[in-house]
Amino acid sequence: MLCRIELAPRPHVTDSVGLRTARGLRAALGLPVAQCRIIKVFTVQGVDEAGIARILEAGALHDPVLHTASREPLASGFDWAVEVGLRPGVTDNEGRTAREAVALVLGLDKAAAADIAVYTSTQYLLSGELDEDDVRRIASGYLANELIQRYEYKSAAQWAQAPGFEPRAARVTGEAHDEVNTVDLEALDDEGLTAFSRENTLALSLEEMRTIRDHYRDPAVAAARAAQGLPAMPTDAELEALAQTWSEHCKHKIFNAKIEYENRETGARATVDSLFKTYIAGSTAAIRAARGQDDLCLSVFKDNAGVIRFDDDHAVCIKVETHNSPSALDPYGGALTGIVGVNRDPMGTGMGANLVCNTDVFCFASPFWTHELPPRLLHPRRVLEGVREGVEHGGNKSGIPTVNGSIVFHDQYLGKPLVFCGTVGLMPATVAGRPSHEKAVNPGDAIVMTGGRIGKDGIHGATFSSEELHEGSPATAVQIGDPITQRKMYDFLMRARDMGLYNAITDNGAGGLSSSVGEMAGMSGGCRMDVSRAPLKYDGLRPWEILLSEAQERMTLAVPQDKLARFLALAEEMDVEATHLGEFTDSGYFHVTYGERPVAYLPMDFLHDGVPQMRLCAVWERPVEDEPYMPLFIADHGKLLRTMLGRLNICSKEYVVRQYDHEVQGGSAVKPLTGALADGPSDAGALRPVLGSDQGIVLSHGICPKFSRLDTYWMMASAIDEAIRNAVATGADPDRMAGCDNFCWCDPVQSEKTPDGHYKLAQLVRANQALAHFCQAFGVPCISGKDSMKNDYTGGGKKISIPPTVLYSVLGIVGDVNRCVTSDFKAGGDRVYLLGITRPELGGSELSELYKAPFSDVPQVDAVAARTRYRTLHQAMTRGLVSAAHDLSDGGLGVAVAEMCIGGRIGASIDLALVPACPDDMQDTDLLYSESNSRLLVSVRPENAAAFEALFAGQHCACVGSVGGDSLTITQNGRQVLSQPVEALAAAWKAPFGTDGPGAQ
Amino acid sequence: MAQVKTLVITGYGTNCEVESAHAARQSGADTADITYFSDLVAGRVRLADYNFLIFPGGFLDGDDLGAAQAAALRWRFARTRDGDPLVEQLRTFFDAGGLVLGICNGFQLLVKLGLLPAIGGRYFERQVSLTLNDSAKFEDRWVRLKANPHSPCVFTRGIDTLDLPVRHGEGKLVPMDDAVLRELVDANLVALQYADPASGLVTTDYPANPNGSPLGIAGITDPTGRVLGLMPHPEAYNHVTNHPGWTRGEATRLGTVLIENAVAHLKAQ
Repeated sequence: MLCRIELAPRPHVTDSVGLRTARGLRAALGLPVAQCRIIKVFTVQGVDEAGIARILEAGALHDPVLHTASREPLASGFDWAVEVGLRPGVTDNEGRTAREAVALVLGLDKAAAADIAVYTSTQYLLSGELDEDDVRRIASGYLANELIQRYEYKSAAQWAQAPGFEPRAARVTGEAHDEVNTVDLEALDDEGLTAFSRENTLALSLEEMRTIRDHYRDPAVAAARAAQGLPAMPTDAELEALAQTWSEHCKHKIFNAKIEYENRETGARATVDSLFKTYIAGSTAAIRAARGQDDLCLSVFKDNAGVIRFDDDHAVCIKVETHNSPSALDPYGGALTGIVGVNRDPMGTGMGANLVCNTDVFCFASPFWTHELPPRLLHPRRVLEGVREGVEHGGNKSGIPTVNGSIVFHDQYLGKPLVFCGTVGLMPATVAGRPSHEKAVNPGDAIVMTGGRIGKDGIHGATFSSEELHEGSPATAVQIGDPITQRKMYDFLMRARDMGLYNAITDNGAGGLSSSVGEMAGMSGGCRMDVSRAPLKYDGLRPWEILLSEAQERMTLAVPQDKLARFLALAEEMDVEATHLGEFTDSGYFHVTYGERPVAYLPMDFLHDGVPQMRLCAVWERPVEDEPYMPLFIADHGKLLRTMLGRLNICSKEYVVRQYDHEVQGGSAVKPLTGALADGPSDAGALRPVLGSDQGIVLSHGICPKFSRLDTYWMMASAIDEAIRNAVATGADPDRMAGCDNFCWCDPVQSEKTPDGHYKLAQLVRANQALAHFCQAFGVPCISGKDSMKNDYTGGGKKISIPPTVLYSVLGIVGDVNRCVTSDFKAGGDRVYLLGITRPELGGSELSELYKAPFSDVPQVDAVAARTRYRTLHQAMTRGLVSAAHDLSDGGLGVAVAEMCIGGRIGASIDLALVPACPDDMQDTDLLYSESNSRLLVSVRPENAAAFEALFAGQHCACVGSVGGDSLTITQNGRQVLSQPVEALAAAWKAPFGTDGPGAQ
Repeated sequence: MAQVKTLVITGYGTNCEVESAHAARQSGADTADITYFSDLVAGRVRLADYNFLIFPGGFLDGDDLGAAQAAALRWRFARTRDGDPLVEQLRTFFDAGGLVLGICNGFQLLVKLGLLPAIGGRYFERQVSLTLNDSAKFEDRWVRLKANPHSPCVFTRGIDTLDLPVRHGEGKLVPMDDAVLRELVDANLVALQYADPASGLVTTDYPANPNGSPLGIAGITDPTGRVLGLMPHPEAYNHVTNHPGWTRGEATRLGTVLIENAVAHLKAQ
């Protein structure tokens, strides 16, 4: 029996969501929605009449202070009613909680509650002059994402005829089965192999398909298989496991390819045998060797997150992931899964880390996009707001502060948004007497999966994200995270860790069990696992689907047999599902069964090392320079500064920041917003991860895709410098930092689809070269990272590729958080110093974007001078000589000084003639908006000026003005360039997004 | 002088247990143990062994069905392994003179359980609720609070104003009816109110009042003054660098003073 229970707010309760929805509809769609009211609907399955009465009477699903609850339709007084519910199989977190509440109230134990289900939906009652087309637009373009949701609607007249909506159960129906299919690869020619890979979303190349076919031809392989009762040809599960393990997403084939690199600019040729090993791991190894005893690193690249020393008793670790393709299809679910997914990386590093803070960086097209959208793409406004909300729920509900982040806007992100989510973890130096950053799987250890159940969600996520997005991309790739199931699992795991109940842990992310068990089996030398034991969300999954599902909130552990009973009992007590699936072995085989039925039997070495190395070509030719530089004529510099402050890449993102909890866990020291009214921008986040100690961590980042068009070498150098600069500006010690690199590229493999692959790969090579050079120059090692290589979209005969993008995150240490510095000007009379040299480097700058001006000089980095500057500044901060510090980045000096004024709500006077510049006759506009790297603005109290200047003797450091008054005044040798009231600057900076954002649900 | 034994209860989505326990220890509590709801059910931990109970902030059950709604049901219906209703332990704890502090999600739990405001001494009856902010948004921002000097609340004794962060989406107090709101005021059960930082006056204006709560109500107590529930987070202001204005020399008294008062009250018993 299906029964609807509807909830409406009581008359004295403000329907704030309804009001917000109406505001959003008017702003986003420009429709005359006079009013929107919300009715919450629970569709209950499997409860009899008496039970429903008991649910209502006990207030199981409603709050009698707030709601009227009814079995009858509650709607009245509307023009249109729209009801939005989830499609079958889509995670319904509230439905799950409702089901638990119903079981509690009815006094049902787990078995008795098994037949009960609750599905949630929302009714929107709209008033206003709306026709049916408007309502469809509202439903499909705003209220529902049809990939995961369904909607229905009725006009007032239709409602009068037949009030209410039918109860609907978003139930997945299916029968349990153990079907294992065999694929006859011998029957396929080259064309057939390619087609098979494409049709099954395997994302395997012809060469890889041939390698697999040839493996099965080996008579020894056939004999071993026959002995296990398997056919000679691969099973579906084996092909899927190979495709996942060998996917670009998991194997980083492009980063590990052998590349013939030709630099046509210099005529040099070189062979690069793995970008990753050569440049990323190579530079880290060199830095570690050079630091010797002072090496901070404990575990790099081999685990789910990179680990560095924090103090004698603790280590910290960091991982940043991207979740781009799923966020393009379902921004909310994709981003939510991104953040709770990356949380599991530190959780699964070493013996498991406590989660300390998050960082989130998004890249979108303008939310104010007014052109037509190519097929299947969501409006960037919806993408922005969906991603924002997904990360809000993922971070806030997990109790992890979001301390750092930014949003980058560029129209080429229309085809694929980039959603970077990162998490820092803290681990005790030792767990049960062993270093916590190490783990070991022993043969005989039990394979235990814990957390959520397995459904069809996310099947082919790993292979899907290794392809470009197209009109037919599979919807099953989308998952919706469940932060509370994960939180419960986390509580349990941290307890089990401290009790020493397991030997190893890793997360289930891309590739699900196939990946997590496959990787851990690599440590013992094999495994035997029975997937029929795995708990399912619903019947109807084939064995290969159980193996490959990327259903969220799951970790895999190696539990020694003598602790298995205690481990499972603790899980049961804490209401966390944990299932014993089999054993790790040293058989040399990845062996999977469904009951007794063989499903997969793959040699471990073939699974992990069988993928052939790609061979690629890269050719670098510097892009033809744009027209020669012409000085801009600026009539009104005050107006220009206000315009610059209102640009999307510069303006205040307060409406997003405020919705992220940035101080849970009680250690916040520098928040994302700062200053007199707590609305100025911070350069980085700082916090005390160990309460009771004043040592802190600083988290910052750099991201400069705008320079990629000119030269990815300097794009990468700029990102590294920016991240380090931001961390230093906040108080981090430049000699105690580690980096995390996240590459997001457009397909760099030459093909019919990608005729410029050689150039795009050369761009990748150059970015990697810069990474190696500048990490070493700054002495900041990369300890973890990730790449996402197919960020292209094709549809409607159009291809949109993202600009090559690297997010460089820095995890730094500050010895004493009481010495941290914020960016807001503090007091009148403070002197303002500019550190670093300004050059006419406006290529890719915000100014050049504004004017579409032909600047081609991309900012470069003088790392030797910069490193000395950063160390000196840190010394000055440690001595308490600095009252404010801010980095110069987007919008250069003009924007940076304006932001410091806004933060402090106090004016300043700056003389451009005093700015250290080369050449020394630079124009006002160039001095104000050049984005030369490695520069900082610092304010110093007059009594500290002498000591400060003494520290910087011999460096590019000039006193360019002072703090005071209500206006920012900029002069050049006594001639006024601009004078703007600080309030006017603040208003311009805050205008684009206001407090509500661009108006999307 | 009595020992102050603090119990911080977590599990099912609560997430401020570590800083809450830290704040209790820093404020002079002799012990501050963190326990999971499941430990209470297992009978491993008993409320009777403590005299200070903290329900910390978080997202019990993800705020599904409304903040702390499902958790309140869990408390109402849970029995220990021995078959005793858990809620009886809570009643006994309270009757024995213990102190209870509910912060944010913990406050939401206390009102939904009916431990607050208990007008007329009617405990475990839901008289008020907390619901979505008028902005319909979760927000993290610092607020200035004004304490009611006439309130019986032991936590707010001697406090005039206080700066604390709020981090919630459902902090607007809604009474069952107007009479309940009147009684709340008349009995001085309103312990803390949002105030305009410039004027120092109680306010209903956003953002100084972040959620639209009537009369700027931020925290309420029970008739004995031994229970305090508040939306802002005193445990998150446990160090001078937590204050958003600390680099400007604007840091005020630590928010943990509320907990210090609780400790002092118990020590004096």
